Amino acid sequence: MAKTVFKHPESLKEAVFHYCPGCGHSIAHRLVSEVIDEMGIRGITIGVPPAGCAVLAYNYFDVDMIEAPHGRGPAMASAIKRCLPDRVVFSYQGDGDLAAIGIAESFHAANRGENITVIFINNAVYGMTGGQMAPTTMLNQRTTTSPTGRKKELDGYPVKVCEIFSQLRGATYVERCSVSSPAGVNKTKKAIKKAFQCQVDGLGFSLVEVLSPCPTNWKMTPIDSCKWIDEVMAKEFPPGVFKDEIAEMKKSAEAAPC
Amino acid sequence: MSGNNVIGEAAIRAGCRFYAGYPITPQNELTEYMAEHMRTVEGGVFLQSESEIAAINMIAGASATGVRVMTSSSSPGISLKQEGISSMAACELPGIIVNIMRGGPGLGNIRPSQGDYFQATRGGGHGDYRTIVIAPATGQELADLTMDAFDLADKYRMPVMILADGMMGQMMEPVIFKKPNPRQYPEKFMLRGAGTGKSKFIHGLILDPIDSEAHNWKLARKYQVIAENETLFEEHRVDDAELVIVAYGTSARIAKGAIKRLRSHGMKIGLFRPITLWPFPELKLRALSAKIKNFLVFEMSTGQMLEDVRLALQGYANIEFHGRPGGAVPTPSELANVVARVYNKKDL
Repeated sequence: MAKTVFKHPESLKEAVFHYCPGCGHSIAHRLVSEVIDEMGIRGITIGVPPAGCAVLAYNYFDVDMIEAPHGRGPAMASAIKRCLPDRVVFSYQGDGDLAAIGIAESFHAANRGENITVIFINNAVYGMTGGQMAPTTMLNQRTTTSPTGRKKELDGYPVKVCEIFSQLRGATYVERCSVSSPAGVNKTKKAIKKAFQCQVDGLGFSLVEVLSPCPTNWKMTPIDSCKWIDEVMAKEFPPGVFKDEIAEMKKSAEAAPC
Repeated sequence: MSGNNVIGEAAIRAGCRFYAGYPITPQNELTEYMAEHMRTVEGGVFLQSESEIAAINMIAGASATGVRVMTSSSSPGISLKQEGISSMAACELPGIIVNIMRGGPGLGNIRPSQGDYFQATRGGGHGDYRTIVIAPATGQELADLTMDAFDLADKYRMPVMILADGMMGQMMEPVIFKKPNPRQYPEKFMLRGAGTGKSKFIHGLILDPIDSEAHNWKLARKYQVIAENETLFEEHRVDDAELVIVAYGTSARIAKGAIKRLRSHGMKIGLFRPITLWPFPELKLRALSAKIKNFLVFEMSTGQMLEDVRLALQGYANIEFHGRPGGAVPTPSELANVVARVYNKKDL
């Protein structure tokens, strides 16, 4: 008997992605969908896409979704989860959405320990608007609004989301991954699954940052983009687990009478 | 009960089960009331948000799940909420926004004012949309109209604003809470997970201009139906009046005091009080101008509702204006003096 080893995820619609060739969003979408399938949570999952390239995520994810104004995903997701505690709620955000305009909403959702999952796509630029400087743009990286490169004296430094959010007591699980290589993709999927499982188990806020290529705005080939992630971005944004209190939370959840 | 507490209690009785807010004077008692009472009712959620922007987006999210929702603030905070109000209008999400107005512009002050009329009645945020705006003038109306606001928000699937001011919020009056209507809100509009069925999405982003235009016209037709069916107003002593004051909320209360005084001096003064500011009861006001030719608009602003009165009367009557912006609250005798001057000048 032939065994199916690869198929289109059920939680992903059959639509053709509008994303540019080599863009990391398509990979991240697929990974999230695969995790939703594997966990059998399609029917109870509610997603909140961002403003940005992934604003049309509801055309791809075959789960209930509601659009949030730019940066407000975690506020909306917090409220949805509070009203429907037995549903699985995730927000999907870019670097501008999470680390600039929506830093307050994201920070405080994490600090409240909202039992939601944030998928954070870090591609170091504003993609949809044409490649402007993002809060995560690297020093000296050229963008349309940092045409001579990001200058620390004038533009400040790349915002390290995982490093900051892992300091918040409300956050349970914070990991940074990269989809720049097959190994990185596998690791990212594991992290996403762990984050969703953390939520399903009622253990609190989880965030997975995904270093993700944007060949169009980086003006690189997809292959060079992946190399740039590994050789340049990963130096500023090292992948790894920044916080994992899943075991402790589980223990205290078991100890505390509900 | 204070006006702020009345709104909170009425909301909970009307089935509001999600409230998010951020501290700002002079509406803090409402947020505090919700903090104390919301978590004690079954399914009730109270969240103190990190900002006004977060609060409005929280109620949008909660509303999408099919829960009755409310947020409240005062003028500067309402400015911050406009992004979310526009978004709720676009996504056709019901919800109640309470604005306990204070002096502006900018941070202004914390005294009662009516300077947010334009913002409230013209949508306030970006894009082609309206919100129903209700302006209670008594504690009892705060109770009744807050409950009605939830029904209207559900009926038309849109944000509804309760527009009051610091005076209304802080003032204490006895009230009787009526029995709320059973909620009628179809499940098909609720986002609660797809189950085994087709997934839904709620969005205001419509990239195709033709589709987007169709959505805008659909909203416009809804607003037309509201304009034709949902106006509320009060006429007070207009039957024999030779001059009618047009005022809403706290101004209308002051006007009633002035009218009592003026009537005792034989001056025939009446009051027309719009209760819905949008839709503005323009046909009723115009009808009044068939026999009354002198109107005086009185607002705690530099003249905002004045423009709607001009549009309603279309030049068929004389319109005078008296305004006290920036948190100044006139006394009935001040207004009475102004009205008497106009009344006598016109030799009525």
